[in-house]
Amino acid sequence: MRRPVLPLLPALTLLLMLGPVAAGIWGTLLPAFGHLPAAGLTGPSLEPFVALFDWPGLARAVLLSVTTGVGATVVSLAVVTLLLAGWSGTRQFRVLERLLSPLLSVPHAAAAFGLAFLIAPSGWIARLLSPIVTGWDRPPDILIVQDPLGLTMMAGLIIKEIPFLILISIAALGQAQAQNSVTIAQALGYGRVTGWLKTVFPCVYAQIRPPVYVVLAYSMSVVDVAVILGPNTPPTLSVQIVKWMSDPELSMRLLAAAGAIMQLALVVGALAFWRVGEIAFAHFGRRWIASGARGRCDPIIAQVALFSGGVSVLVVLFGLFVLAIWSVAGYWGFPDAFPDGFTSRNWMRHGPGAFAALGETAFIAVAVGFSALILTIGCLEAEYRHGLRVTQRAVWLLYLPLLVPQTAFLPGLQTLMLGIGAEVGRIPVMLAHLVFVLPYVFLSLSDPFRAWDARTGTVAAALGASPDGVLWRVRLPMLLRPILTAFAVGLAVSVGQYLPTLLIGGGRVATLTTEAVALASGGDRRAIGVYGLMQTGAALLPFAMALLIPTLVWRNRKGLRHE
Amino acid sequence: MNKGLFLRNIEISNGAQPLLTLSHDIAPGEVLTVMGPSGVGKSTLLAYITGTLSPDFTGSGSVVLDGRDITNAPAHKRHVGILFQDDLLFPHLSVGANLAFGLAPGGSPADRRAKIAEALAEVDLAGFEDRDPATLSGGQKARVALMRMLLSEPCALLLDEPFSRLDTALRAQVRDLVFIRARARSLPVLMVTHDAEDARAAGGRVITLEVQS
Repeated sequence: MRRPVLPLLPALTLLLMLGPVAAGIWGTLLPAFGHLPAAGLTGPSLEPFVALFDWPGLARAVLLSVTTGVGATVVSLAVVTLLLAGWSGTRQFRVLERLLSPLLSVPHAAAAFGLAFLIAPSGWIARLLSPIVTGWDRPPDILIVQDPLGLTMMAGLIIKEIPFLILISIAALGQAQAQNSVTIAQALGYGRVTGWLKTVFPCVYAQIRPPVYVVLAYSMSVVDVAVILGPNTPPTLSVQIVKWMSDPELSMRLLAAAGAIMQLALVVGALAFWRVGEIAFAHFGRRWIASGARGRCDPIIAQVALFSGGVSVLVVLFGLFVLAIWSVAGYWGFPDAFPDGFTSRNWMRHGPGAFAALGETAFIAVAVGFSALILTIGCLEAEYRHGLRVTQRAVWLLYLPLLVPQTAFLPGLQTLMLGIGAEVGRIPVMLAHLVFVLPYVFLSLSDPFRAWDARTGTVAAALGASPDGVLWRVRLPMLLRPILTAFAVGLAVSVGQYLPTLLIGGGRVATLTTEAVALASGGDRRAIGVYGLMQTGAALLPFAMALLIPTLVWRNRKGLRHE
Repeated sequence: MNKGLFLRNIEISNGAQPLLTLSHDIAPGEVLTVMGPSGVGKSTLLAYITGTLSPDFTGSGSVVLDGRDITNAPAHKRHVGILFQDDLLFPHLSVGANLAFGLAPGGSPADRRAKIAEALAEVDLAGFEDRDPATLSGGQKARVALMRMLLSEPCALLLDEPFSRLDTALRAQVRDLVFIRARARSLPVLMVTHDAEDARAAGGRVITLEVQS
């Protein structure tokens, strides 16, 4: 009988999601305290930490991780909050929202390359302004990309986190009765922005807290964006951990493990610090509300927010555009705005490699996305059939794999796998991707799945349809659009994964993302253009399909359009 | 065999809070109307009978339909038809496919098509098989929903404020249609409503539930 399978799915899903995280942290803790039998070392000892603190770059690497991570989170949250405060519900906002949704799926690495191609001294902006405005006839000798303060890296994170936070907040707005509250506040003489911040923001923030924490943890420990845009000497702590991990010297793994524990402590510390900041902010917020201040510079704030949001969108779009130009550029001297000629030679040269990587990328993404979809539907259906209740604590469990920094547990997972003689390669990479894909697929599908009118199920059952019949013949077809969207989210997340592919694949699994990031140090802009575009396409195409397929399948079903 | 829907000592509570108690027999062709303000648990009573009670509630007492105790039967094996205030036609299926979903299994494809055509003709919707349900008027949808339910050959009929979304002119028309069809098939009917007009038109006994405290 198949009956016992469904109730087990939630437990299996949790195991697949949290098991690798727990195992990875365990596998990091052991070598961090000097225990690595594979290298003939048995602990416990504090030597790895002594070595870590002896590394002269530590203070700067730690500082960089904290400043870029916290900075990117604060700026993107501020822009998103003020954008919503000033513009939500307006025509301008709908335009921006429509532009932002596809940007969410642009992989971090492609957006980072695009940004670099725009603002580098020899980038497109310098070319457009030279020599007429700047007077440059050769690229100026200034360090913009990979600047020592990590400002460009922070910008690269911000342009990707803004779309994420906006779309999450829009989902939260629905439950906050935003429009009514703002209308009432305005009737009481409050400006739009001030009224929104005082009435709607507290409700919205309460709901978007977990994703904000994810943004903070992610930004502090990101590797691919840091490799492309971040400083080199020293790099951020996470990048240094990966460098140590790839050192052929096995003992360097101890250093990497100690660094990984340090990274975990940093993120936990930053999250705690953020929580304290929230409490302080709430305290001052309440006083601000009690003061009755109506807000005087609301229009200016709103304009600044709209400008920042617009710039962030344009940077990503023009970045991709420049990637596209480079991928077909012939000779392109500085300061010409466009290449002398366009050629297919770059694609002829890098195309075969890129298509091979595309195949690997797609194979992994489809397998992982499909597994995540099945597990998610199974969990949600088990919840529906057995009347399980989802508590706030369970929601945090879902966010847990996204809150633990990748650099804290993936090195340990790799070390653990080597220790037990497990083969690195494609299957472990898929399992590692699943850890990050599952939460996003679940978060994407759970709301529409739960919002389905249960009376439809009652009617179908009353007509004699079995529980499985109701699921397959009624519920899933009705939910085709959100299911395909969740699948597309899963594919995009898998396509963008860098560190799990690199570490768990042992360097032998070459996806578009690992190949593209590997090109960063070489600086071959034409190759980067080809790989970056392919990577973006691989993430965007599924979203286009998720829009198109339901429209075609249900073209004669008005009741299922525009949901 | 004892025909009819027998509700014996039914008690439903919301946690420790008792919601309603009811004990009643409904003979074939008879309509029992349950009235009461919203929140009194009328729909919960129907959920208990269809086997879709939310786990927030606990119910006891037995439901016997045509001599068969269905209290613990799975929802899809109870042969209890239900109509809600919304038509709840499956939006992804055509009108014909909606009816085919309801039509009890068996018979050749041609037979089944004929039965569906006949059902549509019976409610003045002949030739509507390929229509998208979203393009029908409110009255037409209500009629399709009724025929879909009747084609599944239920042994009892539950009505959950089934006419409250229809405007006054349509309301009487659809109501008569439902009661005439139910009586013609000798179905025991349990209707919950807060509309006195519906209760009068049903012509059967009326029970009024009070909020328990």
